[in-house]
Amino acid sequence: MNEVKVIEIKKSVFAENEKDADALRQELKSKGVFLLNLMSSPGSGKTTTLIQLINKIKDKVRIAVMEADIDSDVDAVKIKKATGVPSIQLHTGGMCHLDAEMTRQGIDNLDLNEVDLVILENVGNLVCPAEFDTGSCRNAMILSVPEGDDKPLKYPLMFTVCDLVIVNKTDVMPYFDFDLERCKTNIHQRNPKAEVIPISAKTGDGIDRLATWLLQEVNVDKLRC
Amino acid sequence: MNMHELGIVFYIIRDVKQVAEDNHVDHISTVVMDIGEVSTVVPHLLTDCWRWAADKEPLLQGCELQCNTIPAVTWCDECKREYETVKYGKTCPHCNSDNTWLLHGNEVEINSIVV
Repeated sequence: MNEVKVIEIKKSVFAENEKDADALRQELKSKGVFLLNLMSSPGSGKTTTLIQLINKIKDKVRIAVMEADIDSDVDAVKIKKATGVPSIQLHTGGMCHLDAEMTRQGIDNLDLNEVDLVILENVGNLVCPAEFDTGSCRNAMILSVPEGDDKPLKYPLMFTVCDLVIVNKTDVMPYFDFDLERCKTNIHQRNPKAEVIPISAKTGDGIDRLATWLLQEVNVDKLRC
Repeated sequence: MNMHELGIVFYIIRDVKQVAEDNHVDHISTVVMDIGEVSTVVPHLLTDCWRWAADKEPLLQGCELQCNTIPAVTWCDECKREYETVKYGKTCPHCNSDNTWLLHGNEVEINSIVV
């Protein structure tokens, strides 16, 4: 008769990824490279925001972009064309998020001697990307006005893990029932430390403030090494 | 099939394969999971994805995924009491405070394997 044996594991499914992420973070730090993980829902304006932001700061820091999507390379092509910075496309092969291992594969395809700042545009999704640490130095997310000011209540983890919340499409605020102050209250209820920067990627409003935040974070991080 | 749960399944498979290797096990009959009520993982979707992916692995053919639910409980820092997270969310039902923290209920853990 076969004997039944139970082997205790008691381990979080995310534990291995967190180890990989910490290792990647340390490695990037030692090479003086800052990795920003940018998350949001589909259609919040990640790519348009990035183009505005990159064009504002590309003379001050050397930037590379990694675009993560389930399929296609439309974003990588668009970024390269509009900004001239190196941009690579990562395919998650059907997965709804990027993990540290996949991020590393992307990083390995960049010449880190030529880069100070890597921006990772994560898969458009407010759930899974928040659960998987990519190894980034900072996490940012974009919440666009049409999505509503209640999203921090509905997707608490996303707002908990982000250092910065960019509120995009403020130019259409008059047409939506979106209250910026209520939104900030909802965000800070989940994450008192989160920075909130309202922008309109379309008109360019607020991009200066966003650029200042990012350059400051990149420099602060460098000093810490 | 759900992409989120499928991703989690791939992580479980990676971890239990390692445990099997470490313990010189060639077949696992059950994997026991602890899934928190507010973990964003839906157990019946997880078991659906599990069936599809596990049967592709000789180590896990026919292996059951058993999900234990861990209730979500929040602690209120203001009145120092606990309450059910799913029912009341972020705001304490005893004193209305938002100064509250999840004690448990967001676990996605592999509890054990039966070989």
